[in-house]
Amino acid sequence: MKQYQLSVGEKKFVGSHLLVAMVALAIGTLFGPLQAFEHAGWDFYPYLKPLLKSYYQGLTIHGVLNALVWTTFFIMGFLTFNVIFGLKRPLKNPTLNKVGFWVMVVGVVVTAIPILTNEATVLFTFYPPLKASWMFYAGLTLVVVGSWVEGWGLFMTYSAWRKENATERTPFIAFGSLVTALLWQICTLGVAVEILTMLLPWSLGLIDGVDPQLARTYFWFTGHPLVYFWLLPAYISWYAMLPKQAGEGKMFSDSLARLSFWIFLVLSTPLGLHHQYVDPGVPPVWKFIHSMLTFGVFFPSLMTAFTVIASLEHAGRKQGGKGTFAWIGKLNWSDPSVATQLLAGILFFFGGIGGLANASYNVNLVLHNTAFIPGHFHLTVATAVTLSFMGISYWLVPYLTGKKLWGRKVAVAQAWTWFIGMIIFSNAMHVLGLLGAPRRVPLGLAPYVPAEWNSRLFQVGVGGAILFVSAILYFIVMVKTALNKETVAEEVEVPIAQPMQDPALGPVWLDRWAPWIYGALALIVLVYGPVLFDLIKNIALTSPGFRVW
Amino acid sequence: MSAQKMHIDIYERNWMIFSAIMIVGFAITVSVAAFGMGIQVPAPEQRVDPKTVATDPNSPWSNPGLREIAPGKYDAYILARAVPSWEYLPKELTVPAGSKVTFYVTSSDVQHGFKIQDTNANFMVLPGQVSKLTITFKNPGTYNFICTEFCGVGHGVMYGAIIVTP
Repeated sequence: MKQYQLSVGEKKFVGSHLLVAMVALAIGTLFGPLQAFEHAGWDFYPYLKPLLKSYYQGLTIHGVLNALVWTTFFIMGFLTFNVIFGLKRPLKNPTLNKVGFWVMVVGVVVTAIPILTNEATVLFTFYPPLKASWMFYAGLTLVVVGSWVEGWGLFMTYSAWRKENATERTPFIAFGSLVTALLWQICTLGVAVEILTMLLPWSLGLIDGVDPQLARTYFWFTGHPLVYFWLLPAYISWYAMLPKQAGEGKMFSDSLARLSFWIFLVLSTPLGLHHQYVDPGVPPVWKFIHSMLTFGVFFPSLMTAFTVIASLEHAGRKQGGKGTFAWIGKLNWSDPSVATQLLAGILFFFGGIGGLANASYNVNLVLHNTAFIPGHFHLTVATAVTLSFMGISYWLVPYLTGKKLWGRKVAVAQAWTWFIGMIIFSNAMHVLGLLGAPRRVPLGLAPYVPAEWNSRLFQVGVGGAILFVSAILYFIVMVKTALNKETVAEEVEVPIAQPMQDPALGPVWLDRWAPWIYGALALIVLVYGPVLFDLIKNIALTSPGFRVW
Repeated sequence: MSAQKMHIDIYERNWMIFSAIMIVGFAITVSVAAFGMGIQVPAPEQRVDPKTVATDPNSPWSNPGLREIAPGKYDAYILARAVPSWEYLPKELTVPAGSKVTFYVTSSDVQHGFKIQDTNANFMVLPGQVSKLTITFKNPGTYNFICTEFCGVGHGVMYGAIIVTP
């Protein structure tokens, strides 16, 4: 049976997302090693003075481009592909999606101008009263609004498909993508309110001050579910694509995979206060309630771990793998798309454990705002997510362009160098955090660094160097593929792992949106409502802005 | 009405039960520590005006420093600031071993952090808010307190010390 075909225009549209994402990653990644080298005592910033004013301008570029631009563009492109290919129908209103995309692109440009001219050295958390140029806030707003519009386009497409297929189950990759887009619509309300009611009017001079505690609370309303917005697209690939690529495996449990996505939708927003355990203006009882819900959201991740590993085991045994663990060796490790995602999954295991430590109301006191935190999120967003997205691009780019992937072995080496570099880098960062090293500090220069940190700081530099090599390999493979004269004979097969059970035999309530959306909103009102109500009731717009960079 | 039931493999069911037990175990551990072992996190204490907090003569942060309120018990008013330079006022506090010190920390400009090395004191310092936490210093030594939130280009040099004398 021939697979469903995207039109040339649709492929170009998805590809445009990937292009913007990769340009952002290329620039953003360039600055990663500069931070890591600085820690090891090899400070290149003085030589970059004409271009870069400070360590923190570099860190802002690194954080905004990698964590916000690379992820959001790659994800919107991948979700769009999944909805079209999964539902086997074109977008209902392609113009709407195009408008959304271009609004996002304009947003990125408007955000980038003040960052590059050192008018927005506020890092990717942009905590007020650090006051950036108004363009920074306006640009971020456009990126979010554009992604909303694209999401609406996907929902309209689903609604049209539903009318045409009243009784069918939503195909899994489309289902997961729609839940991800839905999660994004709900959780970005926080940062939208933060920017539109405080930061933008303040930066334009319409109001004199802001309330930093309220701003932080709005920010983390979005900030934690943002993590799941990054992660769920990787989960879609791990659940429903990777087992097929790894050895013709099937998805172990379709209905539990769907259930875990709905639990993520319900639980990922009402727990943002676990980023604010040590904020002065938030009552401890709410911090505690959010900490309990944070443990709750660990449950669907554990379900995911089971289903994904069981599906991979199915693939491994199909390839003749035996024993309790020996089947792992039979997986298709020579395929770079498989190697990247398997290695990403292994490091995510440690990222998850570190996340539990952060989420713990008490243990967090040792870790809060230490180097442990960037150590942690380099395992999650910078590996589980980013390395998986790189892996997806190893088949998706040839699929979209019709060009053969250049340098499969180079790409496999890319996966392993990322894995090894990240182990060294991230382990050293975690240990530094436990020893008390703060995050966001040029530790090579800080006056209070004791000698016992030095060996770990050196490892940060070594890990950063290996990661830099890996990033260069990735971009060589991508550019060489784009320029490849060798085309693929037939359209690249989209890897889809069929479920072991017919999804039609699963319960109908897994395909109903309303109860889950109402549940998510009700829980948000319940556990965020009182906190926000109190903070808004007592709002004090007393903080004027500062430009301290 | 749905005739279809969710299919759950026996191993998967066991894994989910195990996961749930593990998570409940974590939650209990954290709760016991939070309520039974005196773990403190900052709670809403007082709102101040960051524009005047360092200058108003009625504000304790116009004259930051240690106040002995009873033998061996101190209140420490500390001002964190990035303007005109990145520093804590005062930069150094000296107390005898065994002292119980309650910190009241606020900022006159941007967000800062306050982490006393080798203790459980680690909290945010926000303009407009007061962060309060009590620590007993049992052992003599020098305890650096460092800024843990980005507060401008001088963030990395912002620190102070508590000197605990025998």
